[in-house]
Amino acid sequence: MTRPALNRGPSAFNIASLALGLGFIYLPIAILVIWSFNASKLVTVWGGFSTRWYASAFQNDQLMDAAWVTLRIGVFSATTATVLGVLAAIALAKVGGFRGRTLFSSMVYSPLVMPEVILGLSLLLLFVAVGFERGFWTVALAHATFTLSYVTVAVHARLVTFDKVLEEAARDLGCPPWRAFLTVTLPNIAPAVVAGWMLAFTLSLDDLVVASFTSGPGATTLPMRIYSQVRLGVSPEINAVCTLLIAAVAAGVLIWSLANRWQSRREAVATKPYAGA
Amino acid sequence: MSGRDGDTAARRGGGRRAALGGIRDPFAPWAAPGAEPLVRFESVVKRYGAQTAVDGVSLDIYPGEFFALLGPSGCGKTTLMRLLAGFETPDEGRVLLSGEDLAGRPPHKRPVNMMFQSYALFPHLSVADNIAFGLKQEGMGKAERDVRVEEMLALVKLEDFARRKPAQLSGGQKQRVALARALAKRPSMLLLDEPLAALDKKLREETQFELMRIQQALGTTFLMVTHDQEEAMVLADRIGVMQAGRIVQVGRPMEVYEAPASRYVADFLGDVNLFEAQVASVEAPHARLTAEEAPGGFRVVDEDCPAPGATVWLAVRPEKLRLSLDAPAGNPENTLAGTVWDIAYTGDWTNFIIALPNGRHIRAAQANANRRVARPIGCDDTVWVCFDPDAGVVLTQ
Amino acid sequence: MKALGKAGSKRIGWPPLAVAAPFLWLAVFFAFPFLLVLKLSFSHPALAMPPYAPKMDWSHGLQGIGDFLKALSGVNYRRLTQDDLYFASYLSSLRFAAIGTAISLLIGYPIAYAMARCGPQARRLLLMAVILPFWTSFLIRVYAWIGILKPEGLLNAGLHALGLPGIDILNTDGAVYVGLVYAYLPFMMLPLYAALERLDPTLLEAAADLGASPTKAFWSVTVPLSLPGVAAGCLLCFIPMVGEFVIPDLLGGPDTLMIGKTIWTEFFSDRDWPSASAVAIILLVTLVVPILLYQRQQARALEAQR
Repeated sequence: MTRPALNRGPSAFNIASLALGLGFIYLPIAILVIWSFNASKLVTVWGGFSTRWYASAFQNDQLMDAAWVTLRIGVFSATTATVLGVLAAIALAKVGGFRGRTLFSSMVYSPLVMPEVILGLSLLLLFVAVGFERGFWTVALAHATFTLSYVTVAVHARLVTFDKVLEEAARDLGCPPWRAFLTVTLPNIAPAVVAGWMLAFTLSLDDLVVASFTSGPGATTLPMRIYSQVRLGVSPEINAVCTLLIAAVAAGVLIWSLANRWQSRREAVATKPYAGA
Repeated sequence: MSGRDGDTAARRGGGRRAALGGIRDPFAPWAAPGAEPLVRFESVVKRYGAQTAVDGVSLDIYPGEFFALLGPSGCGKTTLMRLLAGFETPDEGRVLLSGEDLAGRPPHKRPVNMMFQSYALFPHLSVADNIAFGLKQEGMGKAERDVRVEEMLALVKLEDFARRKPAQLSGGQKQRVALARALAKRPSMLLLDEPLAALDKKLREETQFELMRIQQALGTTFLMVTHDQEEAMVLADRIGVMQAGRIVQVGRPMEVYEAPASRYVADFLGDVNLFEAQVASVEAPHARLTAEEAPGGFRVVDEDCPAPGATVWLAVRPEKLRLSLDAPAGNPENTLAGTVWDIAYTGDWTNFIIALPNGRHIRAAQANANRRVARPIGCDDTVWVCFDPDAGVVLTQ
Repeated sequence: MKALGKAGSKRIGWPPLAVAAPFLWLAVFFAFPFLLVLKLSFSHPALAMPPYAPKMDWSHGLQGIGDFLKALSGVNYRRLTQDDLYFASYLSSLRFAAIGTAISLLIGYPIAYAMARCGPQARRLLLMAVILPFWTSFLIRVYAWIGILKPEGLLNAGLHALGLPGIDILNTDGAVYVGLVYAYLPFMMLPLYAALERLDPTLLEAAADLGASPTKAFWSVTVPLSLPGVAAGCLLCFIPMVGEFVIPDLLGGPDTLMIGKTIWTEFFSDRDWPSASAVAIILLVTLVVPILLYQRQQARALEAQR
């Protein structure tokens, strides 16, 4: 049986801080969503329910182009980052004591805490130095680089809790090491790999600073587009775009967690009769 | 547990050598003339950095036997088994299987299989797929594989659980799946790493007999690693006792218990009282010892007792001591006086801790043969402890 | 085999690809560009594309490298120490980050603690509720506050409705604090929650059994045991806050000084790449200590987990 972590139930103070905390977290987002349906252009005046800003957002070619570019960059960079990140996680979790391990691990983990302005600046300088024309590919490469670390963290966390004995068991039963990895380890870390990909993808969708530094003409991402409009003030059209983005992310996370819940519930139900044994 | 050996009269009269432990067991492949060992460790050394995990072990294990490596954690027993499975490579010496050196052979190419302590069942595969895993690796066809899986499921009595996932099994069921999976490939040898450690006491006892049944049914050689002396004694044909990377004694359970090679072995397997003594005289098969604790000295049956003057230790197990409230006449041998310091009643046995005049504590265990006792023993009573000449064993190290 | 030494014998041998591919990638796209920033910080601006000099002239071999090294200078760094603006924006960044972190801790601890005290079912839901906004765009979450904080925004509309005078908070330091706390609260809460959730409830029972009142037990058991979470949360907030750009840019005023904004302005508005690089290098030097602290803390936590 799992017990509540702090044994006693939540007190009134606890419930109040939870309510206030969640209110603080969700209120701005809720307001943004509600106001995206405001027919009026003014933020303080409710002019009735309307979806006109959604229609106008969809007709805004600049926004739609930016969304398409962002999506493509996201898919490419997340996939690249996942492949490299899984390899890096394996290297960190399994290959013990190779030379330069400290250098390697600090290189993998540094982008996590490196200010984005520095990441963006340094990558820009690289692309300028080698004469690589800035645009779609430079942003994609830059995103793959800094999201790689996040994938590594997610997968590494799963790999270290993953019982290495399982791989030994596979080898004992006749698997060469690489096949043991494919047939036993990979299926078991798959959720972390998928989560890593999703994290990399959303980080890429979200990024403004690195993209601003490394992008060139013709490769304006959605955050860059939103940013340039937001600087001029609140725009209902942007509210609509933001709401769509929030909805997409919320749907993704919800589906993901429901799938997980369903999976664990199915296992819990089936285990129950034996749990006490 | 082994009963009291009351057969001293026969021995006093000379004649044949009495059997240790009072059990007759004809199964002894290691003693058969011309027997070839299945596994041979030859002066194997394994180091981790400055630490030597296995320190020059030589050991033969014969086909069909159930061999237990017994020792405290960190004594190198698991390393020794992993050397055989191929997860470790020896720094010195050789490991041979059926006379063939295993050096350079990776784990997946060795015809031995292992049952892991944590069971290491693949969580993403069903019970049947777990059992079939090894068979798939050797490329066995599906039809044949299914038959074998059925067979193994029947062997461990889990026919109805084939499609369950490991998370849906109880501890005992997982243990049986792990066993079935390791046996499915018909390995020439099965390695068991603390196979019963994760089970609770009641289940452990049932599973012990289950393991013995399966081992006898298949005739497969089992090598088990355990820190539990009772488990080793119940299951194994022979026990190898390990201490700090070395094997200090190999023998049948009754041999290592009744004739331990050293104070370490005597102490590790069960309880023992040790008395430091000097050899006074040797009149084979008996020896007389003098000791501070025993005014009348000791007289014991020991054919290999060192020459007079040597310092030795006399080891006597608690259950071989007899307690009496009456003072003996004169100053008899093998008798110690003391006061009862503490008593622990456990139902089948009662354990006494007796304080000797020099302050030392010894243990005595009495089987509770009757429900009522006319003269019960209580704390602070003065008691006399005595034992038969064949109850103690002389140890030189 | 020999090179792997003692560790090699215990581990599984893996193809070098696993190490080599990400290693090379990071060397090319992370470490090497960083050296470029370092180099550029010693150059001086020029009216050219790219707008700096000297440039490395590979065609002249060693002579070219020698010339190049001679032309480098510490002029940018000298300017940084002379110009008060830079110094002020460093101090201001550190202050923003420190105060922002402290407020996040004060707000985050009670929430994380409340979460940890809920039943397992509720805990899972609450955890998801806290993480969910983390997945939505950072930019959007900051942007949402503009609509609330601006003079004719919702905050003032609410205050007016209550008969209170409105406050002009957008484009001030106050708005930056709101933005910082809002954006980084999950970073503070998750490590806190992880530490509090792991806390063995029997420890509190033991404290109570030994005569500690609930308050005393909280301060003498819960708080000390959650300190690793506090440390992780604070570092996780402080480090990125120092280099933050979007929040001061959107919510702060023209006199809001933060180093990330300074780099951005130097780079995009003034096109002074060498200065921007020098500022970036100094920013990184400032963050080395907290970053190392964080990594050590993480390593320790990982060690404890095993």
